Amino acid sequence: MSILINKDTRVITQGMTGKVGQFHTFHCRAYANGANCFVAGVNPKKAGENFEGVPVYASVLDAKKATGATVSVIYVPPSGAAAAIDEAVDADLDLVICITEGIPVHDMLKTRYRMQGKRTILIGPNCPGLITPDEIKIGIMPGHIHKKGRIGVVSRSGTLTYEAVGQLTALGMGQSSCVGIGGDPINGMKHIDVMKLFNNDPETDAVIMVGEIGGSDEEECARWIKDNMKKPVVGFIAGVTAPEGKRMGHAGAIISGGQGGANDKLAVMEECGIHITRNPAEMGRVMQKVLKG
Amino acid sequence: MLRGIFGALIRYARDNISVKLRPRVNHGALFVRKIFIMKIHEYQGKEILRQFGVPTPRGVACFSVDEAVAAAKQLGGSVWVVKAQIHAGGRGKGGGVKVAKSPEQVREYANQILGMQLVTHQTGPEGQKVRRLLIEEGAQIVKEYYIGMVVDRGTQRVALMASSEGGMDIEEVAAHTPEKIHKVWIDPVKGLTDAESDDVARKIGIPEVALAEARACLQGLYRAFVEKDAMLAEINPLVLTGDNHVRALDAKFNFDSNALYRRPEIVEYRDLDEEDPAEVEASKFDLSYISLDGDIGCLVNGAGLAMATMDIIKLYGGNPANFLDVGGGASKEKVTEAFKLMLKNPKLKAILVNIFGGIMRCDVIAEGVVAAAREVHLSVPLVVRLEGTNVELGKKILAESGLPIISGNDMADAAQKVVAAAKGK
Repeated sequence: MSILINKDTRVITQGMTGKVGQFHTFHCRAYANGANCFVAGVNPKKAGENFEGVPVYASVLDAKKATGATVSVIYVPPSGAAAAIDEAVDADLDLVICITEGIPVHDMLKTRYRMQGKRTILIGPNCPGLITPDEIKIGIMPGHIHKKGRIGVVSRSGTLTYEAVGQLTALGMGQSSCVGIGGDPINGMKHIDVMKLFNNDPETDAVIMVGEIGGSDEEECARWIKDNMKKPVVGFIAGVTAPEGKRMGHAGAIISGGQGGANDKLAVMEECGIHITRNPAEMGRVMQKVLKG
Repeated sequence: MLRGIFGALIRYARDNISVKLRPRVNHGALFVRKIFIMKIHEYQGKEILRQFGVPTPRGVACFSVDEAVAAAKQLGGSVWVVKAQIHAGGRGKGGGVKVAKSPEQVREYANQILGMQLVTHQTGPEGQKVRRLLIEEGAQIVKEYYIGMVVDRGTQRVALMASSEGGMDIEEVAAHTPEKIHKVWIDPVKGLTDAESDDVARKIGIPEVALAEARACLQGLYRAFVEKDAMLAEINPLVLTGDNHVRALDAKFNFDSNALYRRPEIVEYRDLDEEDPAEVEASKFDLSYISLDGDIGCLVNGAGLAMATMDIIKLYGGNPANFLDVGGGASKEKVTEAFKLMLKNPKLKAILVNIFGGIMRCDVIAEGVVAAAREVHLSVPLVVRLEGTNVELGKKILAESGLPIISGNDMADAAQKVVAAAKGK
């Protein structure tokens, strides 16, 4: 099963013809069933052309109609990335994964407002993407560190996700799906949304949840886990040593209810039954211990 | 992640944006994840407010005592406020704001304040040197209010906050009397409506006669917030004067650095004197750098891993000297610059390089590390942990370099080795 994507997923790449898009499309197509999964690119100026055999369409809607693809991945530069998300949402795709880093926050506020009431799910922006090992990789993570298995991974960070995955793989524990939700303040799926999917996935036995300072998403997810989660969860929060100081002005701290410090997050997570570790090198070993009971 | 390292670190956005990595000094930019925010001075904030119809006292920015006296004469009247312009808040309590009753007093206070090391709760104990003043006409204050706006990640809206308790530290108000803070989550299509504006103004006690001016302040602040790509804006205090006018007596803005490409007028306001020189230097090379208090330099790819690296150093008994995210596309030049930056810190006793290569190949990083170590004549122990794409090739390059590089097998091993090295073991 896995969550969100599998070997049968068909993907449109927005921004495929740019340098970054080309590079990652090449690697995504080279991974597992990628050559069959990545079926279309979008670039209004290059419609009718192709990139290594992948046809380019003028719009997401055209690409969807021609190929039946239901998912898109976005490598469009920051100034146009929010509009690219809008286009994918308007084309009524199931899932949009926005890799782009550096999108202005006010652009994302407008895009998220437009998405209200729409069925399209957004992952990111500013994220590494997601992968179901041995089936499909959508994003910029190194495919070879993954191994097919039964542990889910959800994380706000890129390289720290790789760290968690690398530890699991080294200890012989494969992954069902790994989801990088991204580090921007205004984004799509949160920890809690991904956790719900893992909870319902018969091929996921346990989850590693990696968070970091700022906001209160990890706390909300932890409280949901306490009441609903049927599977063990291992958690780590980056930033315990980040000096506590002014948050973003005072106003940010107030709105977030004074939450957001790493120690506060870890305390809430522990209270909610999550197996926390304060050592980022121990995520895999803690999971191993938990699974052995 | 597309922009590679972009320069940002930790996201300045503090969080909310809450950032939490707070550097030792008050920086211009705080971060949260990869979003920097850019700060400006009060007088610049007031220039923006005026463009959006928010009434403010008349004032002149000054760089010398003589300019300050001339400004007072030009403004006229009999009372002036001499205000230190630094990026930190809490200036009044630190002695950076004085009320003068004559041009001679303006001279006296300007003389005192210009050049002083102003210490506030936001500057750190060393304070911040005052290089600019704002000379403003005095206002007869009857009542002080607080209004502020922030991007609220929970509701994914711009949140307006308003309180009758102006002039105070709003965090204190939130902690002790949260019922005195009124919030409005603003619909991005409708904007802040007249009804919402009047409602919140009444709730914080603005009299009926001044509601129209309060509306100009609230709606003007919102328009400035949106049209200038702000992450945070505060007017504290907003005041009611003796003749029932509403005025913005202070102005604070943080801007989204990701939007600066379309806000050249905001970039013009940048004041490098207010930023940590090491961070300014880092930003030239698209490195995300934040100075910390410890003695172990860290060079890492990715903000989350960089924070985790600091955490694990601390866990094994060491202290990180900096946060440094080289991002996803580090070149040899960039790694060399990163080493130079870390080595400028006289306290530095050891360096840990922790790279999990995804897009970034370990062999490229290894070449960069070797070249940098040679170029800077590395004088402290260097521990390198490489993992990910082309890791074997990377390790080979390090081993064959002939340099005394200590290899870390994994993150824990590397952290333990660098802590031991920093302690001279």
